[in-house]
Amino acid sequence: MSGYLAVFVVVLIFVVIFQIAKASEYVSILKGEKKTRQQTNRVNGFLLIVFLVLGLVGVYYCNDLLKGKIILEASSEQGRGIDQMIMTTLIITGIVFVITQILLFWFAFKYQEKEGRQAFYFPHNNKLELIWTVIPAIALTILVAFGLRHWFRITSDAPKDAMVVEITGKQFNWLIRYPGKDGQLGRKFFKNINDVNNPVGQDWEDELNKDDYMATEMHLVVNKPVKLIIGSRDVIHDVGLSHFRMKMDAVPGIPTTLWFTPDVTTAQMKEKTGNPDFVYEISCDQMCGAGHYSMKANIVVETQAEYDAWAAKQVAQYAVAHPAPAAPAAPTAAPAPAKDSAQKVVAVNEAKH
Amino acid sequence: MSNEATLHSQEVIHGAHAHDHGHDDHEHHHEGGFISKYVFSLDHKTIAKQFLITGIIWAIIGAFFSVLFRLQLGFPDATFPWLESILGHWAKGGRITPEAYYALVTMHGTILVFFVLTAGLSGTFSNLLIPLQVGARDMASPLMNCMSYWAFFLASVVMMTSLFVQTGPASGGWTAYPPLSALGDASIGSKIGMDLWLISMALFVVSQLLGGLNYISTILNMRTKGMTMTKMPLTIWSFFFTAILGVLSFPVLLSGFILLLFDRHAGTSFYLSDLFVAGKALSNEGGSAILYQHLFWFLGHPEVYIIILPAMGMVSEILAVNSRKPIFGYLAMVGSMFAIVILAFLVWAHHMFVTGLNPFLGAFFVLLTLLIAVPSAIKVFNWITTIWKGNLRFTPGMLFAIGFVSTFISGGLTGIWLGNSSIDIHLHDTYFVIAHFHIVMGVSAFFGTFAGVYHWYPKLFGRYLNNTIAYIHFWITLIGAYLIFWPMHYEGMAGMPRRYYDYSSWESFKQFTDLNHFISVVVIVVFAAQLMFVFNFFYSIFKGRKVTSTNPWSATTLEWTTPINPGHGNWIGEIPEVYRWPYDYSKNGKDFIPQTVPLSPDEEKEGH
Repeated sequence: MSGYLAVFVVVLIFVVIFQIAKASEYVSILKGEKKTRQQTNRVNGFLLIVFLVLGLVGVYYCNDLLKGKIILEASSEQGRGIDQMIMTTLIITGIVFVITQILLFWFAFKYQEKEGRQAFYFPHNNKLELIWTVIPAIALTILVAFGLRHWFRITSDAPKDAMVVEITGKQFNWLIRYPGKDGQLGRKFFKNINDVNNPVGQDWEDELNKDDYMATEMHLVVNKPVKLIIGSRDVIHDVGLSHFRMKMDAVPGIPTTLWFTPDVTTAQMKEKTGNPDFVYEISCDQMCGAGHYSMKANIVVETQAEYDAWAAKQVAQYAVAHPAPAAPAAPTAAPAPAKDSAQKVVAVNEAKH
Repeated sequence: MSNEATLHSQEVIHGAHAHDHGHDDHEHHHEGGFISKYVFSLDHKTIAKQFLITGIIWAIIGAFFSVLFRLQLGFPDATFPWLESILGHWAKGGRITPEAYYALVTMHGTILVFFVLTAGLSGTFSNLLIPLQVGARDMASPLMNCMSYWAFFLASVVMMTSLFVQTGPASGGWTAYPPLSALGDASIGSKIGMDLWLISMALFVVSQLLGGLNYISTILNMRTKGMTMTKMPLTIWSFFFTAILGVLSFPVLLSGFILLLFDRHAGTSFYLSDLFVAGKALSNEGGSAILYQHLFWFLGHPEVYIIILPAMGMVSEILAVNSRKPIFGYLAMVGSMFAIVILAFLVWAHHMFVTGLNPFLGAFFVLLTLLIAVPSAIKVFNWITTIWKGNLRFTPGMLFAIGFVSTFISGGLTGIWLGNSSIDIHLHDTYFVIAHFHIVMGVSAFFGTFAGVYHWYPKLFGRYLNNTIAYIHFWITLIGAYLIFWPMHYEGMAGMPRRYYDYSSWESFKQFTDLNHFISVVVIVVFAAQLMFVFNFFYSIFKGRKVTSTNPWSATTLEWTTPINPGHGNWIGEIPEVYRWPYDYSKNGKDFIPQTVPLSPDEEKEGH
């Protein structure tokens, strides 16, 4: 019922506007073309200047309202560089924005048609044109120079001591693999994949795989560089790390990498944001299908000691895939609970889609 | 058809080509009468109207889709039972399903980018204005021109059909990246809907090539006596460059689509490698999913200039006419468009900074991308200088032209952010990108289109649109566009990803619920205002105030030397000769001097 009412009201508004529009057309014919034009010109000229003033106030108000909703400072060393870059660009483009918009609307208002005035025949002026070719060119050169400095820094090779974590996208969750004690990831091949106990397709022949473990959360050590080895099992995904200002596509068949140094722990962020539920999230930033919006994993940034304690509790995927055959009567052999819960989460995620 | 009287009166003044005089709407026994005049017409003006009206229909559909998915984004917890009545199981219980959401998003993008802002915009105005402004009786090949429209029409039919198939239309985004778009098992929209999408787009490319080649040859070969290239209005220059961009880049897109079709049906592995989908490993190995992105963006980036250049050209013309001033820096305007065309081919990989692209290669794309800001800045400064010390008439066309410049500045400046790869790492695929390209190529291009429609409506239909509705339309659209897209920059700065169905489970992004709600409400209001425009458009075709003078805006260009309702052939008798450039406004104390007026002795001395 309320739906019909809404439609009725909308139609009514349309009809009223139409009637007014029609009537004003007749009035304008009666008044004469010239007089009508003068009047509409005055009204619209006035509205243009009002739009400029209210618009600029609106820009300020919008900023005031929303700046608190974005985390203004990155949680990684590299991210801070990007923040700085954004600030520089914001200042330059902001100045240009305000000046050009003011000129545009102010000129429109000021030079609205007046009787007896003639426009100024001004077809070109080489000096002026040269000025506004050169100034933007210089400004952009500066931005390119700064931008590329950060770009090369961010895309440079990861430091030798960086920890390595592999993250693989699949519809619709992330598979996280740690290299284990040896610090090296074992080989994998997509035809080895099975969703029961080998989600990334590890090659069990490879000795390096024996200690690699899968995790449902990514644990990172504060102030320690981390290199992500990124891949995908099915379609293109993207590892989006908004708090660290990092992002890299996960492309099937073509491994990609990115590295950064997280420098604020999750606990510190909870304090800083005043949000006890704060959590670093990995979002999928490349359209990957119907469950795209729910493709999430969490990151915990913690101290070395906390990390070591966590890592010690992880069970190698090899052990999950090869349960000790000699001891069928003792399935509770040490790490079973942790492993089980991890498997359950994967299973639940799958069931959702 | 109540405009029969007007149409009959226009037949008296038709030009060289013969027409069927005895046509009467109620009697269809005149073979070829109705059909050749309104359906398979060879007249460029009729074809322009066909493009425009088809474009308007698509625009309503595309915009309505955005209203639907904005309902989901703005009111994620609410249910709308009427949605189930129109969408059936795609909106069970009155809430759009994720599959339907992604289909709507994909179709919104495809429709608006290709069918509305490419075919509807440059199809309409290139067809209408090229022969009229260069002084030709029709296009170089009227038949090809007619085929161009009908290829577009076929593309439209196929795309429309895809909306009704059981598994739904394509839903992998308007960019249709494989493997998602290649594997029916990965997404329901990648089943038959994707095939229809690809077929439709292939037909669309055919339409673009037929049209584009025609525009280029008409501009190069069919200019009237005295119309040298540098005496052409900027509109024609912009259509010329647009056509060149299209002709050179659309074939690359087509090749990308054909490889995708092979991957889908012929078992090839151009884009596919190492896949494990729906519980089994696929046999494809050795392909590169990134290859598709290179092929796609080699068109995809020029495409945004294909959209914006015609708008730039028309805005330049409309600003000059209504400022009663010559466009400032004519040659700089042409030169900057040329620079944009060249650079447009060299920046495609800036859409791919985070695909794992070689950083060294990325650096070149940063440089070339930011270089585009220079010709763009020149254009903006020249537009502003054009209105400086003018004598401005705020016709609806003029207001939209001013709105175009405003949104082009706002959206163009954020391009400087995104073109810089280090910033793009953070902002890529977030709402910042949505805000950027909607303002700069969505809203701006629409403002250019609206400016063109309001300005040339008298030429199209011999009538005016209702001014009051036009002004309401302008103000709601301008204010609404900023209210919708400006705050999205902040969502993007927070890293909020695009193409998400629901943000409520994300600790990092759920703080924008109220904002999304607000944006959705504004979207509905702005959509209603567009419907008002559509009503005004169709109503005025039949009932609008009649144009009484051949040159209602006191403009200098050739289209205003034709009769009010020109027939096929445009001019009665000889095609007028051109003596001067099209921007002699307020020169030597005269309000305007048409292009057809010979130079006075004084002017010749100046060596103009």
